[in-house]
Amino acid sequence: MPSPIRLLVCADTALTVELGDDIDRDVNAAVLALERRVLSARLPGVVETVPTYRSLTLHIDPAVADPGELGPAVLRLATGEPPLPPPCRGWRVPVVYGGAHGIDLDAVAGRHGMSPAEVVARHCASEYRVFMVGFLPGYAYLGGLDPRLALSRRPSPRPSTPAGTISIGGRQALVASVAAPSGWHLLGRTPVRSFMPGRDPVFLFEPGDAIRFEPIPASEWDDLDRAAAAGETVARPA
Amino acid sequence: MSAHLLVLECGPATSIQDAGRFGYQRQGLSPSGPMDALALAAANALAGNGPGTAALEFALSGGRLRAVGGAVRLALAGAPFGLRVEDEPVADHRAFTLYEGAMLALAAPRRGVFACLAAAGGLDPPAALGSRAFHRRAGLGGLDGRGLRAGDRIPVPAAPGGPERALGPLPLDADEPIRVVLGPQDDRFTRTGLDTLLGSAFTVSAQADRMGVSLDGPAVEHGPEGFNIVSDATVFGSIQVPGSGRPIVLMADRQTTGGYPKIATVISSDLRRIAQRRPGETVRFQAVSVEEAVRLARERAGLIAALPGRLVPVSTREERLMAANLAGAAVDALGDALGP
Repeated sequence: MPSPIRLLVCADTALTVELGDDIDRDVNAAVLALERRVLSARLPGVVETVPTYRSLTLHIDPAVADPGELGPAVLRLATGEPPLPPPCRGWRVPVVYGGAHGIDLDAVAGRHGMSPAEVVARHCASEYRVFMVGFLPGYAYLGGLDPRLALSRRPSPRPSTPAGTISIGGRQALVASVAAPSGWHLLGRTPVRSFMPGRDPVFLFEPGDAIRFEPIPASEWDDLDRAAAAGETVARPA
Repeated sequence: MSAHLLVLECGPATSIQDAGRFGYQRQGLSPSGPMDALALAAANALAGNGPGTAALEFALSGGRLRAVGGAVRLALAGAPFGLRVEDEPVADHRAFTLYEGAMLALAAPRRGVFACLAAAGGLDPPAALGSRAFHRRAGLGGLDGRGLRAGDRIPVPAAPGGPERALGPLPLDADEPIRVVLGPQDDRFTRTGLDTLLGSAFTVSAQADRMGVSLDGPAVEHGPEGFNIVSDATVFGSIQVPGSGRPIVLMADRQTTGGYPKIATVISSDLRRIAQRRPGETVRFQAVSVEEAVRLARERAGLIAALPGRLVPVSTREERLMAANLAGAAVDALGDALGP
């Protein structure tokens, strides 16, 4: 039974359409489908859209549209004919696990009573889905983590973690694009730049993309990192 | 003819801003743009530009600039930064020419935080993703993806002269309440928490910048479901309340999504009020309806569209007085007719 749709107004500049209150692949797929319908409907005054785990936010120019009055039109779209399934792009993302690149791998293994190799194998076995790109540019929040790896956040966040950090928190996985504080568990690091000004494309991952991680030896880091710094995507389309 | 502004000295938060970079929030990139959109529009109107043209944004600290390679037409609007050209004072909210080689000094303001310095024709560094607005965390826009520092050269069209124009001052509304619409997650707070938000005096803390303004004051109480939500999108003006109960107003360079409940949202026409409050100054919130917020936003958009028509031709007055003096007659009568 799907939860009822909630319309949440953010003053005069946005309308958030909440399709559920959980982190769930079906809810997220419904969010992305609604985004496609909203974009193709070209509602006047809608400046841009932001899909998140379970909601779609429409940023609105209040000189053109009233977020309080857009609700019915959006609800009609949300309950209309199901759209075509969104195109799914796949990526293979190389990761150096453990050691200096993933300082929490051994601790995560210890907490789960697994070997570090088993944690890596389980982290690489899943096909993830990009549920949301948010917080910072290119930060890709992924659903699909093996439930046996789930682990609540660290009690105190680290003040800085490097760009490219591959981490897990709760039942989610993350590809970090820029250096930032983090309370998640750092399993590894990818040379892939999911956000790189000056490169075409600037952003690599779209909401809805599928991602698989591939372990690579630390000895390959320098070459791949250099290639990525020169503008190669390094992540391979799957 | 290409000229540029040479930065001799500036504060660490000085940056280039235009209307903002829209369309990338679904990729985690907030739009940036001016902290005080009315100040940017006013400075640009004085300089003869469209309201969202790229300009320099100063924050709390002044600076010194020199025109190199040609004269440029400039105008400042927003917080009063005490302008001097070669040690001669220049009024705010008035267009002026900075001749080649001349130095403009901006003194730190005693009131307000942000001001925009516009140049006729617009600052012209290369755009990034369609905008010149600087976004610090992303390393995008501005000059080569960074803020301004001494030695920087900002490309700007040479403009040997232009009409002398002035605008009335923009009130900083330092004692006015900040109007909000409750929500989107006001249901995650207790009645007491909502009363605390709307009935208390908060103080702008030292943690106030282009990303967010953190407030000191009484803790705002969350409801029994606690202070974590499944992350959703933020807007310029979202008031999120983390576990500490201390509200943070998210600003132009904010995170695009957040996992703390947002008790209320500052209406767009009052964003400049919160932006212009200095650390230590008081903030009180007042709830209004969405309809009222939209009405005020449209009033503000109308004001911005009308700015070019509100420009007062200052030098016309001086020229006419001079002409009257030369004619040797009726100076007093002319003065009366022109008004104050």
